[in-house]
Amino acid sequence: MPLFSTGDDPGSSFPELLRRVGLQPPTISGTSTDLMRELGVPHATTCVAVRYVDGVVMAGDRRATAGNLISHRSMEKVVEADRHSGVAIAGAAGPAMEMIRLFQLQLEHYEKVEGSALSLEGKANQLSMMVRGNLQAAMMGMVVVPIFGGYDLRRGCGRLWDYDATGGRYEERDYVATGSGSLHAGTVVKVGFRPDLGRDDAVDLAARALWEAADADSATGGPDALRGIYPVVATIDVDGWSRLDDDDLAARYERIVAEVRSR
Amino acid sequence: MSQPFYVAPEQMMKDRADFARKGIARGRALVAVRYTDGIVIVAENASETLRKVSEIYDRIAFAGVGKYNEFDQLRVAGVRAADLKGFQYSRDDVDARSLANSYAQMLGTIFTHEMKPMEVEILVAEVGLEPAGDQMFHILYDGTVVDERDYAAIGGDAESISARLADTWTDGLDRTAAIELGRTALAGADREIPVEDLEVADLSRANGRRCFQRLDRAELG
Repeated sequence: MPLFSTGDDPGSSFPELLRRVGLQPPTISGTSTDLMRELGVPHATTCVAVRYVDGVVMAGDRRATAGNLISHRSMEKVVEADRHSGVAIAGAAGPAMEMIRLFQLQLEHYEKVEGSALSLEGKANQLSMMVRGNLQAAMMGMVVVPIFGGYDLRRGCGRLWDYDATGGRYEERDYVATGSGSLHAGTVVKVGFRPDLGRDDAVDLAARALWEAADADSATGGPDALRGIYPVVATIDVDGWSRLDDDDLAARYERIVAEVRSR
Repeated sequence: MSQPFYVAPEQMMKDRADFARKGIARGRALVAVRYTDGIVIVAENASETLRKVSEIYDRIAFAGVGKYNEFDQLRVAGVRAADLKGFQYSRDDVDARSLANSYAQMLGTIFTHEMKPMEVEILVAEVGLEPAGDQMFHILYDGTVVDERDYAAIGGDAESISARLADTWTDGLDRTAAIELGRTALAGADREIPVEDLEVADLSRANGRRCFQRLDRAELG
């Protein structure tokens, strides 16, 4: 059982605790970007997040690619970080998933040690430090670029952040997209966005954005009715994280298909 | 040169145990009661910010009586041990029994090696996936571990509270009944504990991954 003297105490930080007890995962470092490419590390792709009146909606496709091949069809890149926030991640799948795991643990660890949850801004800051910690790997081509979104209980509104590979943190007012299909997905959201979007319309908009990204970007997966795999779409409002079920998404995508066909 | 006084080991241990027991007896007690969906922990605690009961992990809760700074130190150590184990292996590998053993080791070492024993008694409770998996471990200031099944009482006057629980506890309680049972057992025959002096937490199978939940004083009524 870890016990620390007063001056040496890691406080409520879980990564710091890992360092103290020697369990910190080794950072990825090397010199060859080509070698990394040869290793065929899967990459996760497109995610979008949109603010609506009561919170934020976050959505991500399910595909991971290694070069020109599809390596996973059912990856979950949009996950609950804690009750009132979520993180969507694009980039090298291995480091990205590890970062999400550590981030979730850090939020829970802080909450348990301190007896109250971090503020939303504090959570966004934590993620920023983790992305920066991955900088060495990012320079090897293992870039991880997350989106962080959540409901700010103190301000009473949904908020969104995106990041760059160096840990740069930018709060976005309306929407954000990341990953290989982000240009298309972002454009769809940009055209369809209104400040007074309700939950239902925001979900439709995010679903549509992923549809168009999948249509134009080979690394983004569309809805897969054959295998019953649909994008992960979740909303976060004052009551917390809530993921839409596949039946709901199937119905929404059927409407999109019908609309596209009728053009 | 002055010779240190010789103190017999029996006497030394007895003095330390008396010291710890006195410290613990000054504080108010708490009880844990098993019901159909999990375990409720009811503590007599006038403070709304300094907690006696808290969450350790998905299915594990911690409760402490005695000196606040000492059991809070143990609480944080437990959270760290559990989170580290869950990170290193998996969430399923974190269990109350191994946590209770670690606590026992630590308290035992402090009792014999440090200047002063910890003036605390702690309880580690875990809800299983099925009622049969529910466990409670009562750990004393000297590292003694006692495992309890249906109910546990720690703190000053724990023996008579335990006796009251033994008389009233039955299988198949619901949550409200379990809380009421704990409250009356804590209070005894000739007094009633006002809601403002209660701290209640629920460790319930019905709560999803994180079973621990605090109950507002408003909810207790």
